[in-house]
Amino acid sequence: MALIRKPKIKSIPYEDFKDNESLEKMIDELNAHGTNVVVASLDKLINWGRSNSLWPLTFGTSCCAIELMALGAARFDMARFGFEVTRTSPRQADVILVCGTITNKMTPVLKRLYDQMAEPKYVIAIGGCTCTGGPFTKSYHVVKGVDKILPVDVYVPGCPPRPEAFLYGMMQLQRKVKIENYLGTVNRKEKDPYKEEAKQLKKEIFNQEEKA
Amino acid sequence: MTLDIRTVASSELHNEMMRLKQERHMDFLVNLIGMDWGEEGGLGVIYMLESSKTGETAEIKTSTMDREHPYLQTVSDIWQIANIYEREVYDFYGIIFLNHPDMRRLFLREDWQGFPFRKDDKPEEENPLRMDNEPLADTTKEYFINADGSVGVKENVIFAPDDYVINIGPQHPSTHGVLHMRTRLDGETVTKIDPVLGYIHRGVEKISESLTYPQTLALTDRLDYLSAMQNRHALCMCIEKAIGLEITPRVQYIRTIMDELQRVASHLLYYGALVMDVGALTAFFYTFREREMLLKIFEDNFGGRLIMNYNTIGGVMYDIRPDFAKQVKEFEKALRKRFHEYQDIYSTNIIALNRMVGVGTLSQEQAISFGCAGPTGRACGWHNDVRKRHPYALYDQVEFKEIIREEGDSNARHLNRMDEMLESLNIIDQLIDNIPEGDFQTKRKPIVKLPEGSFYQAVESSRGEFGVFIESKGDKSPYRLHYRSNGLPLIAAMDTACRGEKIADLIAIGGTMDFVIPDIDR
Amino acid sequence: MFDFSIITKWFHTLLTGVMPEWLAIGIECLIVLLFIILLYAILAIALIYAERKICAFFQCRLGPNRVGKWGLLQVFADVLKMLTKEIIKLRQTDLLLHDMAPYFVLTASFLTFACIPWNKGLDILDFNVGVFFFIAISGIGVVGILLAGWASHSKYPLIGAMRSGAQLISYELSIGMTMLTVIMLNGTMQFSEIVQQQADFGWNIVRGHVPAVLAFLIYLVAGNAECNRGPFDLPEAESELTAGYHTEYSGMHFGFFYLAEYLNMFICGAMAATIFLGGWAPIYFPGMDGFNAVMGYIPGFIWFFGKAFFVVFLLMWIRWTFPRLRIDQLLSLEWKYLMPLSMINIILMALVVCFGLTL
Repeated sequence: MALIRKPKIKSIPYEDFKDNESLEKMIDELNAHGTNVVVASLDKLINWGRSNSLWPLTFGTSCCAIELMALGAARFDMARFGFEVTRTSPRQADVILVCGTITNKMTPVLKRLYDQMAEPKYVIAIGGCTCTGGPFTKSYHVVKGVDKILPVDVYVPGCPPRPEAFLYGMMQLQRKVKIENYLGTVNRKEKDPYKEEAKQLKKEIFNQEEKA
Repeated sequence: MTLDIRTVASSELHNEMMRLKQERHMDFLVNLIGMDWGEEGGLGVIYMLESSKTGETAEIKTSTMDREHPYLQTVSDIWQIANIYEREVYDFYGIIFLNHPDMRRLFLREDWQGFPFRKDDKPEEENPLRMDNEPLADTTKEYFINADGSVGVKENVIFAPDDYVINIGPQHPSTHGVLHMRTRLDGETVTKIDPVLGYIHRGVEKISESLTYPQTLALTDRLDYLSAMQNRHALCMCIEKAIGLEITPRVQYIRTIMDELQRVASHLLYYGALVMDVGALTAFFYTFREREMLLKIFEDNFGGRLIMNYNTIGGVMYDIRPDFAKQVKEFEKALRKRFHEYQDIYSTNIIALNRMVGVGTLSQEQAISFGCAGPTGRACGWHNDVRKRHPYALYDQVEFKEIIREEGDSNARHLNRMDEMLESLNIIDQLIDNIPEGDFQTKRKPIVKLPEGSFYQAVESSRGEFGVFIESKGDKSPYRLHYRSNGLPLIAAMDTACRGEKIADLIAIGGTMDFVIPDIDR
Repeated sequence: MFDFSIITKWFHTLLTGVMPEWLAIGIECLIVLLFIILLYAILAIALIYAERKICAFFQCRLGPNRVGKWGLLQVFADVLKMLTKEIIKLRQTDLLLHDMAPYFVLTASFLTFACIPWNKGLDILDFNVGVFFFIAISGIGVVGILLAGWASHSKYPLIGAMRSGAQLISYELSIGMTMLTVIMLNGTMQFSEIVQQQADFGWNIVRGHVPAVLAFLIYLVAGNAECNRGPFDLPEAESELTAGYHTEYSGMHFGFFYLAEYLNMFICGAMAATIFLGGWAPIYFPGMDGFNAVMGYIPGFIWFFGKAFFVVFLLMWIRWTFPRLRIDQLLSLEWKYLMPLSMINIILMALVVCFGLTL
């Protein structure tokens, strides 16, 4: 039974959003398996909580970071959505707003920051530079799009995008979070690579002993 | 008119520089530009010097023909900023400076292969995207000439193995961008800072060598995005002077007013960022309230909030709206009325004064040796305003004070910027009602080709002296385009200003120095 | 004033009527425990919402207003999210200490919570050395913070924890001395007795005039520092040390630190209300009987919460106005200015009490 329906954002009709097709595809995939009623309602409650409380990580490399500051200021005020608690430690943040150009030297740092975040985590690529390299595509030191390093959830183009565009991007992310299947899929815990390796090794030794 | 650059042989370089500093009192090293003149000219450096007392300038050129092992003498013992500048030249061209105490790369990764600004280098092929962590070395090399004429290498220590070193940045809420400072601590006291730059190095100067002149304009806005108008103004002026294009008085008025508005916007944001660093978060919102009014003016008239793309070669992109003067006057009234709030909530607060007075002092000699132009230098008593030294646009026709203070501590730098905001409003007052009618763009040929030679133009951006150096061989693309960064001297001076202060002071000093990292890394 | 001990006695006789003594007391303890936890959670949610809205109004913007009417459900969404985040276990930390640290801070919060007199007869822990117990318990919180910094095995939290340890230990001295001043005025260390005397003779801040007002101001400053808030929030200075001593915590462990900060602020406010502003005692002017009768009808815990929230509002106001003090300025404020002042204040109060100069 189709338990997951269209995600609603307060005071903006569903048709006004741009990319409804990819969300509908996700919904169809999730509905194909079906869920039971209790888990689905719990999912809805948890997703409501998660989508209304996305805490960004303070990460800005260049010009788009100034628009992020303007977003937090009084005229546009992302606090209305609940996003103003920008945490500085990646372990406590939910979403990383990659604002500004990413260069080759910054890549390992960004990857490390992303790895340090706690699940469930999201990435929003803001500005032309993070979507495709922006005005600096001819450069030898610029990564042509941050999706070469991280899995991106929402792209917000612009150079720099207006703060309203930032808010639109975050609302798109909210819609995506609202339809996710939390229990069983998104609430994964990252496995310790050393323990995994040790388990793998033990299995191989066991298999070898079986053969011999 | 092209610059008159005198050539000096590489073996005489150090003596000649010493003579210039001592006899003609050239204590301000404005530019140290690495060059690759190809097979005929070799690798070399152009020096641009100026005297802080007399205003006399000198341009020197030196080169070496050896492309495998290029060696030049260092001048880092004469001017302290040459330490960083020569590391940049080594990074991009591979020229090794003898007796330089710290010959490491500055912007690129320490395991980068090749030297990207050389004309025959292919950076992308040799350097794929690496995901592993960069190994930051704790020791560095110094090259010197042995008695028998060969070149020897000595190791210098940056951090001993027992030092307590923390990394401030690159992702840090208050380094105004991605700056990584390796800081050696003794308890809470800072004993040494080693800045690691290059996290936002986009290679703008190298990209510009493959773009036409009108295309290079697009990248200047994104260097120091808080002085976007002023940067583009510098590049447009340089190109216009080189091709001898006259611009109309209307455009001069618009450009000057634009520059001053941009300065006010930048100082408002500086104040907001400083109070955010120090902890009084409320004042940040107050300045942004005023800044939003200004950004609305920018958006209505110039087309963008932060990145405006407004100046062009020969004029400006579109004409201003008819109610531009009214909008600006309204904004001015609102800002003047609320200005006292900024002083009340922060500048005169006893806690803020304790955090800033006597902290991070730079003496005038140190400021000149580091080349810290802008409000930072003026807070040490150095008269370095480009608008007074080499006036451009309408600055020789308006009356304004150059704000000078003598103490050189954080408080002086802070108050300088606050006063400069009001001075900018005074300048705008004198100009806003008298904008003459006329064309907003002078007709020019669609393809811009600069005559052969070297050209330099500096403007007083919100942070200091921003300069554009173009060397042209007569094509439609520049042969070498160099931007004099106004933040690089400030970073170089951080080590000197922060020795003996606490970590909390380091953040406050960084806030008052007010650097923008993309401008440093270019 | 409505005496709550009527209800407690009635309940106790009801239970002992049907079951043995020990079972009755056991059930009562359970009920009290549930009551404390519920009150803790509700107060935390209310305080976090209040902080976000108040800070928004200071900063000339609207706070959360989309999630539920006026943004009332915002904190519930935050709590839901915090519960569902992954708790990251690091390989290099000392796991036992790292996990124990938030619980230390939480325990200290709970125990101090239990000392406060909410209404006449409504106290949970009422020893005759109540004040002494309170000061001793608030020291456990320091241990939690130091553990958090040390066990995280990383430089930033270590610096944050060291700063915090120095700060908290220093300011406990000032708090102790101001409380000593009040004890001298009332002659007893038992909280319910202190409030009862204020209900009979007038609020301490009025009764003790000069030394009491001075003690109140010193207590506000020192209490602010004890909560790691406001101009004294160096250990978790967001713009300097990333997130200070709780950098390496995620999920619910971080949630505990977050809650404990707000509750500590409330306890500081509640304590100030109890010992200086009269606790649950209403305003009373001698001679205005009609006014006093009306004030007497308002229940005690409304007075108490009103006064506590007033002090909390003062603390929030201070936080959003002033910049941060540096660690050496902070410590010199305590050792060179506040402590000598509180010692002189004690002498003043002793003189006032001995010569009967109280109002």
